[in-house]
Amino acid sequence: MSADQMLAFETDCHIFDGCGFPAPGLHSFLFEPIFSIGGFDFNKPMLLAVLSTVVIIGFFWAAFGRAKVVPGKLQMVGEAGYDFVRRGIVYEALGKKEGEKYVPLMVSLFFFVWIMNLWSIIPVAQFPVTSIIAFPAALALIVYVLWMFLTFKKHGFIGGLKNITGYDKALGPILPLAVVLEFFSNVIIRPFTHAVRLFANMFAGHLLILMFTVASWYLLNGIGIAYAGVSFVMTIVMTAFELFIQAVQAYVFVLLATNYVQGALAEHH
Amino acid sequence: MEPPLLPPLPELVIGLIAFAIVFFFLAKKLLPTINKSLDERREAIEGGMEKAEAAQAEAQQVLEDYRAQLADARHEASRLRQEAQEQGVALIADMRSEGRRQREEIIAAGHAQIEADRKAAAASLRQDVGKLAGDLAGRIVGESLADASRQSRTVDRFLDDLEAKAADQKKAEATR
Repeated sequence: MSADQMLAFETDCHIFDGCGFPAPGLHSFLFEPIFSIGGFDFNKPMLLAVLSTVVIIGFFWAAFGRAKVVPGKLQMVGEAGYDFVRRGIVYEALGKKEGEKYVPLMVSLFFFVWIMNLWSIIPVAQFPVTSIIAFPAALALIVYVLWMFLTFKKHGFIGGLKNITGYDKALGPILPLAVVLEFFSNVIIRPFTHAVRLFANMFAGHLLILMFTVASWYLLNGIGIAYAGVSFVMTIVMTAFELFIQAVQAYVFVLLATNYVQGALAEHH
Repeated sequence: MEPPLLPPLPELVIGLIAFAIVFFFLAKKLLPTINKSLDERREAIEGGMEKAEAAQAEAQQVLEDYRAQLADARHEASRLRQEAQEQGVALIADMRSEGRRQREEIIAAGHAQIEADRKAAAASLRQDVGKLAGDLAGRIVGESLADASRQSRTVDRFLDDLEAKAADQKKAEATR
């Protein structure tokens, strides 16, 4: 790590000591590779992503691996999570009959996103994987491909285009304008916002926690100790808030994905 | 420094692979397992409910049977009571009429006895009175009335006179 990327803890620098505040920034989201194979650098977010996989599969294996009719405690927790996505999100939007097919995808999406978010407040890890745009982008890409595939499969090429562009003769003279806008909104903006919404939330949340954590340390000198206390309390508050936001963002991500699928399957009006 | 919105390819690939693994395990193995178990549970619950419904219906049936039997038994009991009462009434009436009959018999027998006694007494009295009167008259007249037939004739005549007198007197009383 270069000097400008160092955190306050590493510099042992405090206020009134004549050194500037080591503000967190974009550099806080860049990591030195843990190891490299050829040109491929394996870094911390990747490790956490892989660990997410392990955690999710490990949990569900323990909970559902030998599922019983009369559930144990772990199975009950697993079922609660499973049912939350299945009934609360997929059945709500798609109905039981049509939605059943998409339940595994949405359940996987929800828990994958949630666990990747959750690393933000897990000691030692302390980094939300989804604040690296590549991870939300990969998931949004999967949803986007599925959405496009379903749209054209269901309505054919022309019908699919009409579905995407919100083609409706009743619009009259503003039809071309509406079609262009809808096309941009759906085909280009939608996957972008889908990924960025998650990314930006986790990015900002991580920055906030970093900010208050670094400040707590930096202010620990003379009169600054009082401010450091406030900053430390804020760190804890933000951590609790992040716990909430992580779940909400996972929920929103999956809710949107389900809505896109529903839009693809819907008859055009 | 890289712009934060430009997705780096290695992370993109790792993310896709990691998600693919999660999706594969959940979709192929773990969610079907739990779905099977959930279906089994639902069936078990529905089966249990059916059983409970059957048991309830049976209990209802038994209760109705029992009630019907109870009503029958009540009817039977009241019928028997009614019968017994009627029989009792008839029995009492029978006994009463029998008693009355016996009493009348006894009374009639008593009357007959008394009548017979009276007649016997009257006959005996008549003889005694005749004899006494004869003795008395013989003694008074001093004449032996040994001749029984004459004596008897005299007495009879005398008694007939007496009876006729008495009858006259009775008649007179009745007309009065």
